[in-house]
Amino acid sequence: MSEPPIIELRGITKTFGEGAAAFQALKGVDLVVERGDFLAVMGPSGSGKSTTMNILGCLDQPSGGVFKFLGHEVQSLSKDQRSLLRRRYLGFVFQGFNLLARTTAAENVELPLIYRGATRTERRDAALRALDRVGLLPWADHTPAELSGGQQQRVAIARALVTDPEVLLADEPTGNLDSERSVEIMKFMAELNDQGITVLMVTHEPEMADYAKTVVHFKDGLVERSEQSERLALKQGAQG
Amino acid sequence: MLGTSLMLAFREIRRHLMRSFLTTLGIIIGVSAVITMVTLGRGVTADIEEQISSLGSNMFFVFPITGERGQIRPFDERDVDAVREQIAGVKSVAGQIDQSVTAIYNGQDWDTKVEGVSRAFMDARGIEIDQGRLFTDEEESAGANVCIVGPTVVEEMFGAVASPLGERMRLDNVSCQVIGVFASRGNVGGGGDDDNSVFMPLTNVQRRFAGSNNIGYMAVSYDSGYDNTAMIDALVSLLRERRVLLEGQANDFDIVDTAEINETVSSTVGTMTVMVAAIAAISLVVGGVGIMNIMLVSVTERTREIGIRLAIGALAREVRLQFLTEAVVLCCFGGLVGIVLGFVFSVSLSAALGFPFVFDPFINVLSFVISALIGVMFGYFPARRASQLDPIEALRHE
Ligand SMILES: Nc1ncnc2c1ncn2[C@@H]1O[C@H](COP(=O)(O)OP(=O)(O)OP(=O)(O)O)[C@@H](O)[C@H]1O
Ligand SMILES: [Mg+2]
Repeated sequence: MSEPPIIELRGITKTFGEGAAAFQALKGVDLVVERGDFLAVMGPSGSGKSTTMNILGCLDQPSGGVFKFLGHEVQSLSKDQRSLLRRRYLGFVFQGFNLLARTTAAENVELPLIYRGATRTERRDAALRALDRVGLLPWADHTPAELSGGQQQRVAIARALVTDPEVLLADEPTGNLDSERSVEIMKFMAELNDQGITVLMVTHEPEMADYAKTVVHFKDGLVERSEQSERLALKQGAQG
Repeated sequence: MLGTSLMLAFREIRRHLMRSFLTTLGIIIGVSAVITMVTLGRGVTADIEEQISSLGSNMFFVFPITGERGQIRPFDERDVDAVREQIAGVKSVAGQIDQSVTAIYNGQDWDTKVEGVSRAFMDARGIEIDQGRLFTDEEESAGANVCIVGPTVVEEMFGAVASPLGERMRLDNVSCQVIGVFASRGNVGGGGDDDNSVFMPLTNVQRRFAGSNNIGYMAVSYDSGYDNTAMIDALVSLLRERRVLLEGQANDFDIVDTAEINETVSSTVGTMTVMVAAIAAISLVVGGVGIMNIMLVSVTERTREIGIRLAIGALAREVRLQFLTEAVVLCCFGGLVGIVLGFVFSVSLSAALGFPFVFDPFINVLSFVISALIGVMFGYFPARRASQLDPIEALRHE
């Protein structure tokens, strides 16, 4: 039997609020992500992209449906187990960077390692290596206030990478950046994907989605369609 | 895990030094107030105990008071002998009589008092010789014209000469030779200066100044192995018999027990110390509430941080421990600063008020432990709140 898909969503629903105020943000999302994929999630505002990402990140629980991570049903896990799963397998890049203020880049990157019981030197070394990967080694001891938006986002990526996650989740990682910085980040994400990390990324910009392998379109709480990205199609077309 | 929390707590405190300091201010004030109060209380107690012990320990003072017929019947030497011979446990008994006199030396006058005493009296009251010597047996029995002067008299009258020993002075119209100076016996209080006094053999003062064989009071020192209430009972019945008091007649004398004064005074001061310390302790609790307030504000302020920590895989209990540790570390730090401040305050206040400084390790340790407990108690609620935040909500928080 082949390896189970890294992520499997079957008929996922999510309802916010109760009674008359209840709002169904997801109406039965089906999505299968194989290991090594690079997924771009697109769709109009309010279509449920972030909600889906939060569920995938085990930050939120679906109201219905089945969510399997590496073949395990996530709904049956306890809160702590979900935290441990996040800690072990997932890396997050948030739209707003979400770095700790007054905390150096290296310390920000170290953060996930603190909860893994790494020693001080192990943490520092791993943080510097991760910063090196995103090209920010010289900025290790600068606080977010001293970094540009693109640099801050790269620190956030370094923080997501420092634990060597299986899956990198990024909700609009380039949302706050100009196109030049965005391209930089995208190239970097594609590079990580080449190194074997499964990447899921929400974006509004088709140019950014082009760096992905698969593009998933959301609409009104459902997956409208899923297709190969243009880049991949072109590449395969050139080969074939 | 605790090591991590400690590391995070120290980082956070270092990053917000001012806020941390203000947070702990309540604890600092509370702890230093409690320590200062208790230490001052100990000092006052020690001071009073010292004054009382200058009366002599394990002693009774027996003095006549106005009886039912409205007159005071003084004791005399035969009463002293009776007490010495008939009461078990008495180490020494000595009578004393005093009178105001004007001392004259080298043309200067000085108002003082002459006390008729014996070596036994000085021994019972624990009065030591600073210079010169005590009376001899012969001097005591003959009532010789020799005197032992107090430090105040030396200062006031013999300031100009190198040593008062051997000098002749006049007390009213009795001339005497100074043979010694007694060491300061501290002030028992009550206004008079006990060092402003001239000792002469008892018989001399009785004959030349009082003109009678009466004594003012008896100082009875007793063996600490004996029960003082039983001794008082024995003393009372002996003296009633000697003074022919009928049944139903009130005592025309009074017996004061220094041990009892000691106990009463220290228990009063002790009660006061506890009360004042309790009031100070309230400020500790207020300090704890202050910590809780700031921690709650800080949980709100750091909502995003908590969200980030939760999102990258921190367990709820790890976040809780982090905040709890922070509160406890802050409180312990406040406790330490409070102890140092309390030490400084109590040393300087003791000095300013003239009490001895008595370091009390127990209250220092206790205040520290209490501050740590306050940290746990008042840190728990904010910590729990932080750990229960929803990561998504927390991340969205601005
Ligand atoms: N906590 C919540 N409570 C109530 N409604 C919510 C909540 N979170 C999301 N929603 C609603 O669910 C819908 C989907 O939201 P979601 O954030 O997933 O959209 P999105 O596709 O990420 O949009 P955008 O591109 O603007 O980020 C929206 O209509 C939103 O108002
Ligand atoms: Mg969104």
